[in-house]
Amino acid sequence: MSMDNKAKIGEYLSRFFPVQDLKDDDDIFQLGFVSSMFAIQLVSFVEHEFGLTIDNDDLELDNFRSVGALDAFVTRKQSAAVAS
Amino acid sequence: MTSTLTAAQAQAQKEFRAFADRHIVPHADAYHRAQRTPPQIVELLAAEGLLGLPVAPQYGGGGCDAVTLGLLAGELGRACSSLRSLLTVHTMVAHAVARWGSRELKETWLPRLARGESIGALAVSEPGAGSDAAGVVTRLTPDGDSWLLDGHKTWTTYGESADVFLVLGRSPEGPTAVLVERATAGVRTELIEDLIGIRASMTADVHFEGCRIPAGQVLARPGLGLSHVVGTALDLGRYTVGWGCTGIVDACLEASVDYAGSRETFGTPIKDHQLVRQMISGMYTDARAARLLCLEAGRLRDEGDPGALAQTSMAKYFASTAATRAAADAVQIHGANGCSSAYPVQRYLGDSRVMEIIEGSSQIHQIGLAEYAFQERSLVRRRQAAATPRSEGR
Ligand SMILES: Cc1cc2nc3c(=O)[nH]c(=O)nc-3n(C[C@H](O)[C@H](O)[C@H](O)COP(=O)(O)OP(=O)(O)OC[C@H]3O[C@@H](n4cnc5c(N)ncnc54)[C@H](O)[C@@H]3O)c2cc1C
Repeated sequence: MSMDNKAKIGEYLSRFFPVQDLKDDDDIFQLGFVSSMFAIQLVSFVEHEFGLTIDNDDLELDNFRSVGALDAFVTRKQSAAVAS
Repeated sequence: MTSTLTAAQAQAQKEFRAFADRHIVPHADAYHRAQRTPPQIVELLAAEGLLGLPVAPQYGGGGCDAVTLGLLAGELGRACSSLRSLLTVHTMVAHAVARWGSRELKETWLPRLARGESIGALAVSEPGAGSDAAGVVTRLTPDGDSWLLDGHKTWTTYGESADVFLVLGRSPEGPTAVLVERATAGVRTELIEDLIGIRASMTADVHFEGCRIPAGQVLARPGLGLSHVVGTALDLGRYTVGWGCTGIVDACLEASVDYAGSRETFGTPIKDHQLVRQMISGMYTDARAARLLCLEAGRLRDEGDPGALAQTSMAKYFASTAATRAAADAVQIHGANGCSSAYPVQRYLGDSRVMEIIEGSSQIHQIGLAEYAFQERSLVRRRQAAATPRSEGR
């Protein structure tokens, strides 16, 4: 399950960055935004792809910093959604 | 044209059209000349629930989908771009609060905004910062458990009459968005007159001098005011402006067809001259194309598709450029009358010029859309590379 999520996140992010393969812990903010709309497009992608709602409290940049961080965030949100 | 609408959307459009024809179209030129929006028409829009249409029902709004909101913006845009601008900035503020506000902010503001009891306006631009909103210098200084706000915003649509402002400032953490009530001590507005377009829009300079803003009025968190809050608001603004521009094209088309059928030169109605027909054919096509792009943007927004951002940008870019083409041709078809205040087409001309400057100028969209084209292409290439067996690959 998690590998699947990771692959999806990696594929989505790779559209925005001129690198061949994003490594799990590559900091996408340090690599630089390609488009000013990137931040909310990323929020929208995560919500749409994984059926989550991202709100005010989730907006820690650390949740969005890398493929690995996003994967962990999605897993956390999905298990919280199941638990509640 | 309504074939892609649901029955409920088509019905809503009919009602919006009838409302605009009855209450706005007959007065729009007078608003334009007076450079004021009478409070009564704003109250009527509020009473009809039109200012809270997209706000969630739990906060007293209409909970409408994006396509329905677009249809409303289109009908208002056909009637009066100033009032369409009111819908735009007001819904931008409500949308930003709904998306990134704390629970308290949502519970305090969304019901007021939904009822149109408080009108919202967006104060991002400054004398020194427009397209490059990251350049704002309005200061948010932490002071105990609140902030002090100091700065000068300009071009705030309905800034002269709005009750609450979504303000982009700069805090030590970076770009930060706060909600500021007009009633706050230190807020002062000044009407900007004699604009080329949306002349009834009560656009104003807004000054903030030592305004004390409670910490709870921050949207999202400090540092994310531009990338998330204003980004979200602008995305919706682009969407309703795009639709508003389809309304301008529709209005130009209607006026031009009527006029070309009645005015005669060289012994025939001017509609029989091929060069006049060329202009009308262009407008007719643009009206349809702009509407289809806006409908597609609305559909993607309703599906929560991340591609909605690019589609919205494309729809706004196309519709606003189509509106300036249509308005220029509508004035041409009306000849000297088109230059006068006896016909609405000169109003459309000024309004459409504004539409190519606000919510991302045409140049800003031209830069951004290319980026999406590159992204799409790179995705296709990656997928092809992944599907090609290594031995055959290069
Ligand atoms: C009637 C009206 C109402 C408005 N309402 C609001 C409102 O409610 N709230 C608000 O915050 N703002 C509002 N604005 C301001 C509007 O958002 C800005 O005008 C807009 O962002 C453009 O900024 P600017 O005018 O400073 O132009 P600039 O950013 O100075 O740009 C000037 C010209 O240079 C071009 N340009 C800029 N950068 C580039 C680039 N990188 N590449 C190529 N060309 C470029 C632009 O396209 C433009 O043609 C309003 C403006 C008007 C006229």
